[in-house]
Amino acid sequence: MSFQAVVFYILSAILIFAGFRVVTAKNPVHAALYLVLAFFTASGHWLLLQAEFLAIALVLVYVGAVMVLFLFVVMMLDINVEKLREGFWRHFPQAATVALIMMAEIVLILSSPEAHLSDVKPAAAAAVAGEISNVKVLGRQLYTTYLLAFEAAAVILLVAMVAAIGITIRQRKDSKYVDPGVQVRVQSKDRVRVVKMAATKRQDDDVSDSNEQQA
Amino acid sequence: MLTLTHFLVLAGILFAISVLGIFLNRKNLIVLLMAIELMLLAVNYNFIAFSHFLSDSAGQIFVFFILTVAAAESAIGLAILVVLFRNLDTINVEDLGSLKG
Repeated sequence: MSFQAVVFYILSAILIFAGFRVVTAKNPVHAALYLVLAFFTASGHWLLLQAEFLAIALVLVYVGAVMVLFLFVVMMLDINVEKLREGFWRHFPQAATVALIMMAEIVLILSSPEAHLSDVKPAAAAAVAGEISNVKVLGRQLYTTYLLAFEAAAVILLVAMVAAIGITIRQRKDSKYVDPGVQVRVQSKDRVRVVKMAATKRQDDDVSDSNEQQA
Repeated sequence: MLTLTHFLVLAGILFAISVLGIFLNRKNLIVLLMAIELMLLAVNYNFIAFSHFLSDSAGQIFVFFILTVAAAESAIGLAILVVLFRNLDTINVEDLGSLKG
């Protein structure tokens, strides 16, 4: 057995164990931590498949950002775990049956000799990967063939960010906060009141007062 | 010698595990979201394995976009979860029947 195969089997065992713990862990915090382990192991597998950029992006984006967000939310919410696990063992036989059947079907189809999946050899890939780096290949494709999709992905991220902030934002009633929109919209007639008064005749003692004011 | 079948079978097992998770944790929204993330990971495995064994980098590009959309999805999902918890004090799926006619 080659070194790669040994690494593959070790990582697969860890991945399957972590995936199983994600769905069966009692505490959601543990589930999130096992999900981190699963993503980390997956990135190791992707390195075996020579997808270096995606392996590192998975660790940076998923472990670094998404899973931290998950952990943050899980720890922020005060949940009654026992209530949420009601019916866990009651559903277990059915769920296990469905999952096992599904797995058996997938494995049977994939491992059938008629599919010739094992015959596919990455012959040209090794030569190409030696010459140009994976990042360069992906970058060239992203900025040429898939440019429109790339821009759309950027817009999707922006929309998601705005939506997430918009959903969760909450105004405090007691905060002394100025609404810039109202400030900009204000017009002179809202602030200054012009009062029409009949002209009055000036008294002698008033003259000295108004002179002082002018000075 | 590692073949394409190894990786595809692994992805299939991972997918089946996450289906199991959706069945088991049908009341816990957080673990449901995590199971969906695990499913997307299993799908990404397929793309990357095929991309490697057929030496076509388009598969990796697709994984890139799936990662983007999954990140957006989990951000919005968690935001909805937080608002839900703030308003109802629960994330139990059973209690979320306010749209029921």
